Amino acid sequence: MVRVKLWGSLRTFADGEEWVEVEASNFKELLDALAEKHPGLAPQIKRGVSLALDGVIYREAWFTKIEPENEVILMPYMVGG
Amino acid sequence: MAFDAQPTRKFNVVGTRVTRPDGVDKVTGKAAYGADISAPGMLHGRILRSPHAHARIVSIDTSEAEKLAGVKAVVTGADLAMPEDADFADVAINCLARDKALYDGHAVAAVAATSKAIAKQAIRLIKVEYDPLPHVTDVDAAMKPDAPVVQEGRALENVPAGMSQNVTTYCKFGHGDLDAGFAKADKIIERSFKTAATHQGYIEPQACMASLGNDGRGEVWCCTQGQYMVRANCAAALGVEESQLRITASEIGGGFGGKTSTFIEPVALALSRKSGKPVKIVMTRDEVLKATGPTISSSMDIKIGMTKDGRITAARGELRYSGGAYPNFTVEMGAQAAFAAYDLEAVETIGWNAMTNRPKEIPYRAPGAPTAIYAVESVVDELCQELGLDPLDVRLMNAADKGTLSSYGPTFNDIGLVATLEAAKAHPHYTAPLSENQGRGLSCGFWFNFGGNTCVSLNINDDGTVGVVEGNPDIGGSRASISMMAAEELGVPYDKVRTVIADTSSLGFNDITDGSRVTFAVGLATIEAARAAIKEMCRRVAKIWDIDEDAVIWEDGCAKPAGPNAGTHPPMTLAEIAAIAGNTGGPIAGHHEVNADGAGVSFGVHLCDTEVDPETGAVKILRYTVFQDAGKAVHPDYVEGQMQGGAVQGIGWALNEEYIYGEDGRLQNAAFLDYRIPVASDLPPIETVILEIPNPGHPYGVRGVGETPIVPPLAAIANAVSRAANVRLTELPMSPPRVLKAITG
Amino acid sequence: MKTIPVATTINGDETEFLCHADESLLDVLRDRLGLTGAKEGCGTGDCGACSVMMNGRLVCSCLVLGVETEGAEIETIEGMAKGDTLHPLQRVFLEEAALQCGICTPGILVAAKALLEKNPDPTDTEVRYWLAGNLCRCTGYDKIIKAVQTAAAEMRGA
Repeated sequence: MVRVKLWGSLRTFADGEEWVEVEASNFKELLDALAEKHPGLAPQIKRGVSLALDGVIYREAWFTKIEPENEVILMPYMVGG
Repeated sequence: MAFDAQPTRKFNVVGTRVTRPDGVDKVTGKAAYGADISAPGMLHGRILRSPHAHARIVSIDTSEAEKLAGVKAVVTGADLAMPEDADFADVAINCLARDKALYDGHAVAAVAATSKAIAKQAIRLIKVEYDPLPHVTDVDAAMKPDAPVVQEGRALENVPAGMSQNVTTYCKFGHGDLDAGFAKADKIIERSFKTAATHQGYIEPQACMASLGNDGRGEVWCCTQGQYMVRANCAAALGVEESQLRITASEIGGGFGGKTSTFIEPVALALSRKSGKPVKIVMTRDEVLKATGPTISSSMDIKIGMTKDGRITAARGELRYSGGAYPNFTVEMGAQAAFAAYDLEAVETIGWNAMTNRPKEIPYRAPGAPTAIYAVESVVDELCQELGLDPLDVRLMNAADKGTLSSYGPTFNDIGLVATLEAAKAHPHYTAPLSENQGRGLSCGFWFNFGGNTCVSLNINDDGTVGVVEGNPDIGGSRASISMMAAEELGVPYDKVRTVIADTSSLGFNDITDGSRVTFAVGLATIEAARAAIKEMCRRVAKIWDIDEDAVIWEDGCAKPAGPNAGTHPPMTLAEIAAIAGNTGGPIAGHHEVNADGAGVSFGVHLCDTEVDPETGAVKILRYTVFQDAGKAVHPDYVEGQMQGGAVQGIGWALNEEYIYGEDGRLQNAAFLDYRIPVASDLPPIETVILEIPNPGHPYGVRGVGETPIVPPLAAIANAVSRAANVRLTELPMSPPRVLKAITG
Repeated sequence: MKTIPVATTINGDETEFLCHADESLLDVLRDRLGLTGAKEGCGTGDCGACSVMMNGRLVCSCLVLGVETEGAEIETIEGMAKGDTLHPLQRVFLEEAALQCGICTPGILVAAKALLEKNPDPTDTEVRYWLAGNLCRCTGYDKIIKAVQTAAAEMRGA
């Protein structure tokens, strides 16, 4: 199991939980599992999210490996100038 | 991918100050920018724009314009496809309005004619019947439940029910117990701030030349931060296939984020398709200011609690941004960045976006961060003043560092904030004496940086030179830094490498030049492409020497036997290997395709001294120093240039630049005379201190540089002015009338 | 509208062209003569990107009519280098990285050359005020001012 932290305004769609546990070994499995467990998260996941893995931010990389001991944080999709 | 564990690595090329490859063309006037090319039989396009802030378009009669001699095509929104994807649809509707004009300057029709003069005359002959609607240009007014609605049905699922339909985005970040945190504070300050929208202010207006046949094949030459982005937007707006559109990025005369979207290319293509001729459109400055993207405007509330010895106990921010007439996510970036510089037990940031009748926001350098951090750093400074504490010591005491749980969620890895603050503290600027009416301000700044989709192709030429093909427009010297990294990795002199920017048909997809990504991500892909070429060269040499591939190493631009067991072959240079490539298996090249991650966040600290004239409210910048963790500085001149240029754009935002709307919802200052960007005589020298804390996510330790420097100036100057004038300034820009009003009450 | 014949000297070469009465010198240079080194940043004389010399005087070519140049001597960025030898200002701008995007560079070089012809040894403040009519959005002006001073020192020594 992987623990993933949701940002504040997403928690409404996950029964108010800050941390959600899902079965996943990479970024894509994590997103799929989240959307299945909490369908309210699906629109945001579809729009795009970033993933911070032990502090390193990944924007789209589905097959980024996730281990149970990693710190996994969901973030909005990053944009820049 | 990790930083090659070579802390003592000696770079030969990286870190030197070589001459840029595009330089001679740029100092002699030969470089071709967006407006600089013409085609045989070319027509001139011109766009008619709404004079209303908000109006229903009842009808458009183009018949008189079409009759004018020399007019070859007229188009309206009906001539563009309506993409299904909401983002593409917004771009298309922004290029040519459909049922409503959403802001003063919104494009409603366009003509192509045989001369500029005829095109200008023709747009006056287009009759548009408007039904003016109530408008709203202020973010706070737009959030009121009874505000005029800019667009209906655009709110996301996360916006609570019962709000104005203008509110499209809501976000919240943070951690910890705010009430408990504020209860521990000896002093709490809560303040509200407003900032005006500003424009990127690139000196080159958007320009393009486009050609599209009725077979769906087209060509576009344009100034853009991303030719692949232009291709996608044009394909969606014209209903043609991407493979049939070839987009070539011209030299680009500044962008700063402002050229990360599309305004005129689909219009020129539509005019070309209709007329059967190439069409050139060059925007006027008035059009650039009215209809291309400014930043968000903002209204913000910040509350911070501090103990009397300077420890922050809790912090809360509420940001209300308006990104103009379309949904917008910039507030998410601002809300995440707001408190990033601090190690906080309890923090919460809430963000809202509300639509207004203003042009569509387009990113500007670190989008969303400068305003949020301005408000936060202003309150921190005021707490320091109230509690009699040194503002640098307070920031050091509360600074985010490795292991800090960041305000936006993740735990920080190695970051350079403390080192940057210490560099500022040790600098003579921090203790230099000040006189009457003078004040010193400081601010931290932060930006995420990112990598993104990148393709690089590197060719070993038969004369021993190297060609690098990359796909990101060079906005500030990146061809030099890419050539330098290729030369470094291959072990050849810098002048043996030439880097060019590919058109969309010559190289795979690349994300736009944004997010401070190019030196990081294109550099990374270039190094990997060079490594692939090296591997192939070693393989060829192994065949020649008839030894194992593993027994050949690459050193100083030569293939060499790995050790005594590999034999005593004399080294073969890159040029020697290249010359016989045909005999050993054919041309030698390396390429790399990646969606790069691991860009590494960056922090900066700015110090600023100002003098305020108590009689006029005018502010003079006396001294300015920029400290920034740049990772490895590939070309220090251009790193300094980013730091200086970003700082001065921030100075403009702080002191002068603003979008001024009248009661009628029309923009009142759409010219450089009235929209005043900093000029040389406004400024002192901008001193720079580069800290090189290697980014573990890049082989040479490079991290993004370009965006962070625009973040700290707003608060650094506001804090300096507030201290000089003995009154807290809470609205940007701090133009003389506003400062005078604050002083005189 | 009928065109009007105009005879000028541009970068030392006698040049004749036809233009409309309301056409700017900038449009003539760019659209009729193919001299695209002068840039249009604003068209209202605020940015200096179109700076050229007319009869020894620094002007915004967007504010001069083409027909006004009858008999005039015009110098543009295209005439600044002599053959393959860059003017010291051009060379120092490259050496000291005084440009980023380069769109303002032609105008700034023309303006800086005009300054140094009038005042070979300006103070930094004089350089800053002289160049106040030339907007640069990339550099923050710092390296531009330093490069002008380096070139000025070199030219004084030469």
